[in-house]
Amino acid sequence: MSITVYSAKKIITINPGKPTATHVAVRDGRILGVGTLGDLEPWGEYRLDETFADKIIMPGLIEGHAHTMEGTLWRYVYCGYFDRVDPDGKTWDGLKTIDAVIARLKEADEKLSDPDAPLPGWQLDPIYMNNERVSRHQLDQVSSTRPIGILHASGHIMNVNSRALELAGLLKTGINHPGIPLGEDGLPTGELKSPEVMTPVGPHVGFDRAMTDADERGLRDFAKLCVRTGVTTITDLASRLTDESVAMMLRVTGEDNFPACIVPLRFFMGQTPKELVENVSALKKQSTERLRLGRIKVVADGSIQGFSARLRWPGYHNGAPNGLWYVTPEQISEIFNLALEAGIQVHIHTNGDQATELVLDRLGPALQSQPNPDHRFTLQHCQLADSAQFRRMRNQGMCVNLFANHHFYWGDEHYRLTVGPERAERMNACRTALDNDVPMAIHSDAPVTPLGPLFTAWCAVNRITASGRVQGESEKINVDEALRAITIGAAYTLHMDDEVGSIEVGKRADFAILGDDPTQVGVDGLKDIEVWGTVQGGRIFSKADL
Amino acid sequence: MTNLEIPLPVTTIGGYLGSGKTTLVNHLLRNANGLHLAVLVNEFGELAIDEDLIEVKSDDIISIAGGCICCSFGNDLTSALIDLGKMTPRPDHIVIESSGVSIPGAIVNTLSLLEGFQSNGIVVLADADSVMANANDKYVGDTITRQLADAEILILNKLDLVGVTERTGLENWLLEMAPGAVLIPAKHCQVTPDAVLGGVLSPGKGSPGNHADELFDSIVLEPVVGVNVENLARELASGPYGVVRAKGFVADHDGKRKLLHIVANRWHVSDVSNDVASAIICLGFRGQLDKKALGKCLGSTIPG
Repeated sequence: MSITVYSAKKIITINPGKPTATHVAVRDGRILGVGTLGDLEPWGEYRLDETFADKIIMPGLIEGHAHTMEGTLWRYVYCGYFDRVDPDGKTWDGLKTIDAVIARLKEADEKLSDPDAPLPGWQLDPIYMNNERVSRHQLDQVSSTRPIGILHASGHIMNVNSRALELAGLLKTGINHPGIPLGEDGLPTGELKSPEVMTPVGPHVGFDRAMTDADERGLRDFAKLCVRTGVTTITDLASRLTDESVAMMLRVTGEDNFPACIVPLRFFMGQTPKELVENVSALKKQSTERLRLGRIKVVADGSIQGFSARLRWPGYHNGAPNGLWYVTPEQISEIFNLALEAGIQVHIHTNGDQATELVLDRLGPALQSQPNPDHRFTLQHCQLADSAQFRRMRNQGMCVNLFANHHFYWGDEHYRLTVGPERAERMNACRTALDNDVPMAIHSDAPVTPLGPLFTAWCAVNRITASGRVQGESEKINVDEALRAITIGAAYTLHMDDEVGSIEVGKRADFAILGDDPTQVGVDGLKDIEVWGTVQGGRIFSKADL
Repeated sequence: MTNLEIPLPVTTIGGYLGSGKTTLVNHLLRNANGLHLAVLVNEFGELAIDEDLIEVKSDDIISIAGGCICCSFGNDLTSALIDLGKMTPRPDHIVIESSGVSIPGAIVNTLSLLEGFQSNGIVVLADADSVMANANDKYVGDTITRQLADAEILILNKLDLVGVTERTGLENWLLEMAPGAVLIPAKHCQVTPDAVLGGVLSPGKGSPGNHADELFDSIVLEPVVGVNVENLARELASGPYGVVRAKGFVADHDGKRKLLHIVANRWHVSDVSNDVASAIICLGFRGQLDKKALGKCLGSTIPG
């Protein structure tokens, strides 16, 4: 059994017992010891690897809420407002005007030889362009022969051209649907404003019905993004986990050079709670070193900016009616009871504070009938929770994964429109969570916002919105706390803190290799830290070699 | 005669958990009377379909005695409908059993976008014993009042569980919650299938004209040729005839064949290309269906 000792400029362990070190010894893909070279020498013969001698080593970063579909989306045209790096390392400039979006689509159009082939794009967000709506006529400038569809950053709106509407049978007058705005000519403008109206058009513009799942190439590309952002463990938070997709994920993650551990959660859909828990219990047994199955995701409500999240009084700031439930309270109770009994963990999407309240109301009785002191059921997003709700989370043993990135990208919108200043300032209340001892992670929800835990940490530390305002000074956390949230904090929410999340003996040799020290660059510099690559299970992945 | 040119009728069944949606679906399947129903459900629960009705069961489709099927759609209703529309032989009628928190009006909105489908009514079930309490629940109360408001046919179910005084109060309250809906009282979802699905006019599919039971009466009329079908539909839906449901083929003043469809006070007229005999079947509460006035309105005599 050969031992490799890596030297580093500094090792940040996230282990309070030995916060920093200079060397880490690895054997069999696991951490044998961390300290000075002298501390490690007694383990026996070793090979000293100085690849990281001028680098900072952190525990491999953990993203507790992302979707592997981002890997697939990168094969479509990137239409986002912000600069974003693709799996191959190319930075795509953010597009600041609709004209720039049209120009990029034209470039892509010219590269396609088949005039009828669909042209899908993604990540459009008119919020940053004075909410200017895109019309089908604008997209018709790109092509009138091929169907074109651009998915918005929210994932809940799509703009399509006339050809796409025609193929879907929607280029007609007389449509009366809240999700389909009409132009002065009585025909649809080409904006499709909810998932159910996107479905009839999606397949025509190149978006598959099962688009929440990555395909094989998409999964490999997604893993490249992980290496580029220092991530070694990542969730696929709403996976359908069909037999075929599980087989594909097992095969791909099992490849010698696959660089990340993927944790897919089975989305509650199309099954009864009983079938769900049985299904997930069976899946759990198929888990491997790099594919961790056996967790459930339940979506309780919608999104705040889509006005489909469930809010408590006084509801939406602009007077919009309350949002939608995606499951019944009875189903939540049934899933909780069965999952607690089976020892299966449940993560619950709650955006609005009423949805959070409902989950808290339903977990208490379930825990009384199925006591499970270490359940770690986790509220995902949980963006509007107030301090009383965080105290209930603590008392019931819940974890939370807050959407720090959202605060940057949509914080201004929430302040101005959806929930108003007071609640916008307490959104994603990291400080309150930590002060009330609620185990906490922070997330990107990639592809909704870009994957990058150090950026996510920057968001939670600075609470700056896209317009540059600090929103909710009192909910800021410090750098050390943010670094814990993106390592051991996220690991805890996945019941994986025994094997990843810190650099200490016995844990998997998962490292993020950084160019700068996140504890020394200042709060502004966190997001700009250069990531060299990762070590996952003792295997080195340099982003330069991807 | 082929049915292919006629939009596929879709009945949406809504209502909160425990209101009797599944019981109603089983009742419809049991009394399909030759009609090939396709039932769409969110998922196959343990008690989705009565065991004795099931012929073959696979992961997402159940074949039922008499040529009916039941399919689960997960969260993608649109795709499931598109698939059903392509199925051969095409089902005669689709019934959507929506989830306990679905807003049925939103389902009908979606339906309106799909070629070849026509909403045949929103039927919402209310559990007499719990609907008022549920409508005041801090979490699901507004969802339930939205469901009730969308109802065209409102079935007040489980009436065996409430007393007479309570029932009157309940009925008055429900009619405020669901203005324009026709309220049908029921126990164990025992409601004539025609009130839920509308009459059947295709020859060989069921027997028009014989829809009488204790609660309902029906009549088939042959309207005179050359009427304004929209005006006729509006009149039947809003006039004092006691029509709960009506459905029929009528030749309009241009000689075009139209399909007329009425549920409660709402009506819809669509073009059909096939040549079928003019006939309208009207269903109403016994004692309230004014057959004489209907005959006069339609300019036809009562056959038989």
